[in-house]
Amino acid sequence: MAETTHGTGGLKYDSSKRSWPNEINIFIALVIIVAIFELLGQVLPYMNGQSFLFDTNDRFDSIFNEARLQIIILQVAIIGIISLGVTQVIISGGIDLSSGPLVAATAMIVMSFAQTELVNGNPNPKAVFGPWAFDLPVLIPIIVGLAFGAFIGAINGSLIAFTRIPPFIATLGMFLICRGIAQWWTRGQPVSFPTDSYAALGAGMMPVLWFVLLAILCHVLLRYTVYGKHTYAIGSNEDAARMSGINVKRHKVMVYMIASMLAAFAAIVLSSKNLTAQSGMGLFYELYAIAMAVIGGVSLTGGRGSIIGTVLGAMVFGVIQSGFTYIKLDAYFQIMAMGAIIIGAVVLDKWRQQRSSMRI
Amino acid sequence: MSDIILETRNLTKHYGGVHALQDANFTLRKGEHVAIMGDNGAGKSTFVRQITGVEQPTRGEIHFDGKPVHFAGPLDAREAGIEAVFQTLALADDLDVSDNLFLGREKTRFDWLGPFRFLDYKAMRDDTLAALDKTGVKIPNIRNTIQNMSGGQRQCVAIARTATFHSKLTIMDEPTAALGVQETAQVENIIRTLKEQGEPLILISHNMRQVMDLVDRIVVFRRGRICANLRKEDTDGQDVVAYITGAKTQPEYEVAEAL
Repeated sequence: MAETTHGTGGLKYDSSKRSWPNEINIFIALVIIVAIFELLGQVLPYMNGQSFLFDTNDRFDSIFNEARLQIIILQVAIIGIISLGVTQVIISGGIDLSSGPLVAATAMIVMSFAQTELVNGNPNPKAVFGPWAFDLPVLIPIIVGLAFGAFIGAINGSLIAFTRIPPFIATLGMFLICRGIAQWWTRGQPVSFPTDSYAALGAGMMPVLWFVLLAILCHVLLRYTVYGKHTYAIGSNEDAARMSGINVKRHKVMVYMIASMLAAFAAIVLSSKNLTAQSGMGLFYELYAIAMAVIGGVSLTGGRGSIIGTVLGAMVFGVIQSGFTYIKLDAYFQIMAMGAIIIGAVVLDKWRQQRSSMRI
Repeated sequence: MSDIILETRNLTKHYGGVHALQDANFTLRKGEHVAIMGDNGAGKSTFVRQITGVEQPTRGEIHFDGKPVHFAGPLDAREAGIEAVFQTLALADDLDVSDNLFLGREKTRFDWLGPFRFLDYKAMRDDTLAALDKTGVKIPNIRNTIQNMSGGQRQCVAIARTATFHSKLTIMDEPTAALGVQETAQVENIIRTLKEQGEPLILISHNMRQVMDLVDRIVVFRRGRICANLRKEDTDGQDVVAYITGAKTQPEYEVAEAL
């Protein structure tokens, strides 16, 4: 159905027309940023004409520098999984600061259920539990991790929904609690030597596979299900959502649970990839995850954004990080520049909102 | 089967010591359009909040469609068939027209998925177009989000909700208070369309011309009580104002006033 004549005035309704999606803007930004780094590679004297994107030394079969692309995608995949959940929380009008420490706490706990008994014929030097916890089926640590994530998310969500404290405060408290749990679990000792089946979860490009699969799942959830529609509605106008009969409290708990379970899954993939869990893991992950979402056009005031946007935001994030290394920017400046970019993204979002509200 | 759609008996609401609504006896027949008028704080909005389930009355009965009803919340009232368009529009700005029309009662598929059941966008858009057609609401593109719409269009979307769900009673609380001349005319046209279709309506308005134009009967509230029940043919603007300001009270309501 493209066009139908309607109404008393015989007005034409074009129900297939949609406004210019914001995701295209982010994609254009991504292309421009890649182009800038490509140009810098040509212009900066110390770069000797290296290419950012292309395979100039014929090291690969394709025209692209596959190694760099792989590193970019792999780098953002794990934080990307977290940002899929953070995206949903922000769209619902909240914020989740606890995801980074939650990654550490979950990794520590999960790894304790994923240890192998013998390391090169010797007993596991990092054993947390007794012999009963050695060489368990891989499903057990996964279930433990997701259950822990769901538990933390349920606390976050319940605090926010029922005590009505601001999400910022609730998840900031949980930020410290989770970091504390991570350190207390083994009194600061790392947990290492997982079973082979556990190590396979995050080996090679597996994190990217998980990221893509979960992104598709979350995209479907947000775009095509009642859960997604209500998430947008609550972030857009909570009173309207309540008046429409949506159980806002229950829904918020659900959103935070899903977000924390995604963070917990990221912890599983990360600890599997690193073959170890440490209490200091996931440093700044909560902020990077929020940054990916914001760069991807998720509005901090709620109600707006998409998973496609966040995935593009993650790519922008990865490209910038990789690009900074590529132009040999000092690591300290990299973090500072990242901060500036996050601020810039929020300012852009503000402008966008003002423009769209003036369009009446 | 009587032709009375809504009847309240001794409907009373106290907020602590404040008697916001006192013994309101109100009837509305099928197909009838009634205006509720009164000064600020006269109890109009309190009355509406009781019959739409937003608040629960202190005392009194509500009969809707022949049955006594007790609404625990707005959704109960809505499920019974009472649809209200409030002053503060209950619309989500970032969603489009059909999303807003169906918010909280989406058409879905794969219902066994519980909260993750799928939205049936096509069915909802088709119903939205049908509802807009029925009410004569003109909205250029139903995929536009609410934030890109004018005040009049927003009001129309809110009103179109009533048509979508074949509600038995529509209540509008000052639907044109914030609108310009053209937009007011548009909303008034929708109200006329509802009249032609025999949909009963309660209209709260301060606009005398509008009330005289649109409704069959005027009920005047004053200081929490009903003080007049006037057929449009038997009254005029000055007369109504006299009741609103307290210069006149109809004899049958005087007893209550004296107490």
